[in-house]
Amino acid sequence: MACFLVSAAEAIVVKAVEKGVEKKESASHKEGELQVEETHKIPFSRKLKWLCRMLCGGSVLLAFEHVWHGEVVPWFPFLTAASDPNDAAEMLHEMSTVGVAMAVLVTVVWIGMCVVADVIVKRPEKNIESSKAL
Amino acid sequence: MTLLITIFAAVVVTVLWYNRKNDDMRLGTLCFLFWGASLMWLVDAIFEFAELKMEYFTPAPEDMLNDAFLGLAVVALALVIWLVRLLIADPKGSVRRALKKE
Repeated sequence: MACFLVSAAEAIVVKAVEKGVEKKESASHKEGELQVEETHKIPFSRKLKWLCRMLCGGSVLLAFEHVWHGEVVPWFPFLTAASDPNDAAEMLHEMSTVGVAMAVLVTVVWIGMCVVADVIVKRPEKNIESSKAL
Repeated sequence: MTLLITIFAAVVVTVLWYNRKNDDMRLGTLCFLFWGASLMWLVDAIFEFAELKMEYFTPAPEDMLNDAFLGLAVVALALVIWLVRLLIADPKGSVRRALKKE
């Protein structure tokens, strides 16, 4: 009914955090605080960008699905379920179950992605050559 | 059906992204768009399966057709979003060149 709103809200929070982290990183980069080891690391702001894109993309496409099914309308209160108290309760229940589960799954997958990305970046060139031979 | 179509789109775009020569086409954005939506619909499908049990795998033909149309419409919308972003970012400078010409 409105499960996409949870992911959309998380996307807004992530975007704000991303901007803050990006500022911090560029400031420390200017001051030359970066260690040699850190230059081979993927910046955290870039990783947050991945999460933000997944959350935003998913929310937009899911919102479209809700428009398709007539659950989101272009007039107030925008959610058809919000106009009826019984439907509103059901909508809130769905948001707290399906919506939260969606946001959690995307975040968990993103954490896995970050770990794998760090491993790939740290992998020596030799391994890349040997995997090419397979 | 919507989940399946979105997953197929995500896989195809990811393969294209992996084989890219450069980042001019910004395929990464499209990848995240499709994978984000696929994960969300996967959760939706799990909850629906928990409710309907085996009935989930035998949808009515009319519902399946509607879901297929929705899946295709979702893919079309994602492609339009990606295209608009690409044209605005204009990494190759093609739009800028075309506009300057006139």
